[in-house]
Amino acid sequence: MSAILFLEQSLNGVQFGLMLFLLAAGLTLVFGIMDMINLAHGSLYMIGAYFMASFVQATGSFWLGLPLALGATALVGAALEISLLRRLYGRDHLSQVLATFAIILIANEAVRIAWGSQPIMLNPPAALTGPVTLPGGLQYASYRLLIIAVGAAVAVALYLLVTRTRVGMLVRAGASNREMAVAMGVDIKRLFTAVFALGAALCALAGAMLGPILAVQVGMGENILILAFVVIVIGGIGSIRGAFVGSLLVGIVDTSGRAFLPLLFSAFLPPQFASAAGPAVASVLIYVLMAGVLYFRPQGLFPARG
Amino acid sequence: MMRAAAVFLALALFPLLMQAMDGLFYVSLASRILIYAIAATSLNLVLGYGGMVSFGHAAFFGAGAFVVGILAAEGVRSAWIAWPAAILVAALAALVIGAMSLRTRGVYFIMITLAFAQMIYYIFVSLKAYGGDDGLSMPSRSSVGMDISLRNDLVWYYIVLALLAAVLYGLHRLVHSRFGRVIDAIRENEARAEAIGFPVYRYKLLCFVISGAVAGLAGALIANQSRYVSPSLLHWIQSGTLMIMVILGGVGTLWGGVIGAAVLLLLEHLIADYRIGWLAALAPNYQDHAGLAVGIVLLAIVMLAPEGLAGLIARKRHA
Repeated sequence: MSAILFLEQSLNGVQFGLMLFLLAAGLTLVFGIMDMINLAHGSLYMIGAYFMASFVQATGSFWLGLPLALGATALVGAALEISLLRRLYGRDHLSQVLATFAIILIANEAVRIAWGSQPIMLNPPAALTGPVTLPGGLQYASYRLLIIAVGAAVAVALYLLVTRTRVGMLVRAGASNREMAVAMGVDIKRLFTAVFALGAALCALAGAMLGPILAVQVGMGENILILAFVVIVIGGIGSIRGAFVGSLLVGIVDTSGRAFLPLLFSAFLPPQFASAAGPAVASVLIYVLMAGVLYFRPQGLFPARG
Repeated sequence: MMRAAAVFLALALFPLLMQAMDGLFYVSLASRILIYAIAATSLNLVLGYGGMVSFGHAAFFGAGAFVVGILAAEGVRSAWIAWPAAILVAALAALVIGAMSLRTRGVYFIMITLAFAQMIYYIFVSLKAYGGDDGLSMPSRSSVGMDISLRNDLVWYYIVLALLAAVLYGLHRLVHSRFGRVIDAIRENEARAEAIGFPVYRYKLLCFVISGAVAGLAGALIANQSRYVSPSLLHWIQSGTLMIMVILGGVGTLWGGVIGAAVLLLLEHLIADYRIGWLAALAPNYQDHAGLAVGIVLLAIVMLAPEGLAGLIARKRHA
């Protein structure tokens, strides 16, 4: 196990974490401000990736396709919020779970009807297909570096938006005490449609950027949705900072667990046991992390309320 | 009581009718529905009566199924050993998971039960010795001795029906017992129940464990039903489906789980099996997209019937 391998896995972890953050940021705000469980958040990620695949094919360019996919998904998100989700804010969590679970089913079938059941290939931009050599001699895929750069830039932009602007102040006010924000005259309805559209665009960005690495297929949103929920619960619901820290934690723990635990186990345990236990422990690691965090800090690392 | 007896009489006569009409396939479908009814009823105990929104009930359901599957693979085929073992393992899992999860509340409880269920899911996915991702086939259903063969779908149906009746009767007795009243009080106002002096945590934990045990029984049955267990039984979508059944049928009602399981599974089955002429004229492939219709119906129910189908029926009766 060399320093290079370690560096490579750390970069992969950061890359995965930043993409998780794009999903978790929208989810934590929706959850935090409106106290709404939105299981359909993963569907927006899926829809974003499919839009991306179509627009890239239609325009012939990755960079033209990206803003189109983001815009289209934001529109879908806003339409969803105005037509359905808005009616669910006042309802209990169970109704929200049922309704958004239904939306997952509908979205999956709609995508299957529009694009077919086969996974779609999405290629990274031609200039970024090869590896670059990083200081220290590590050969690393340039497209993955782009993902890290985009993720970091969006994280900084979101941080500035939430902490330095008037809109961000309203969002924070809504997350920490919705009733008080409404009483102070905040138009929480419009604010929330905007937040939801922004969250949808972030989902699309994650779907579009991850599309060339993972397959674009029906059901791609379901597994990553659970990871995004783990992230926001670890970070503290409603907190952007918590979502950021949680995403990086989950990304790095998950990626390095998968890379290093099998190696670690085979050094100490008999091989037939190590080969079975390594991947098993690696895939439950983030859930252990979440259970641990909740046990010691039941409100997550950075509680937004109270 | 009269109504329950009528429902069970109808359910008991159903296979005879099907036999007369040469529709034995439907008996197998009905067994499947009854098994899911047991699973959904177990969830309804914690979710509806206990007010604990467990988003990880597939863990107990799947664990029960895997206990039966693994024991069969190891040559233990007796139902008298495998089924109690499934119940016991599921109850133990519920004890451990519940003991930790019940320290949190609200959304955090939903999420931590989900996290534990995902852990168990991944553990079974990586159990390569027992099929891993591909699942595990059972050569035959469990044996009960006494010259009764569970291979016969009619016999199997009546065993499942009897177990469902036992579960429903048990639930009815439980929620009307002192224990049930305390659980009720805790759901209504936990602080008050605590102040009166009830050991709230222990009551909730016991409720959670009973529910997990019943889910384990349902798991043991579903393994026998399809003679196949797969990690997909433990996937979070399965937990979600059980929850949908409960919400659909009616949270905290005796028949909620049964109604929800029947409506959801029948709906899926009807769309896949019956071709509606005018719909097929509009969209020839519509039957390949059963999920779309199920989704739309679910959405309509949650928007139009906030208290589930049982609530809708109850409202009709009061009106």
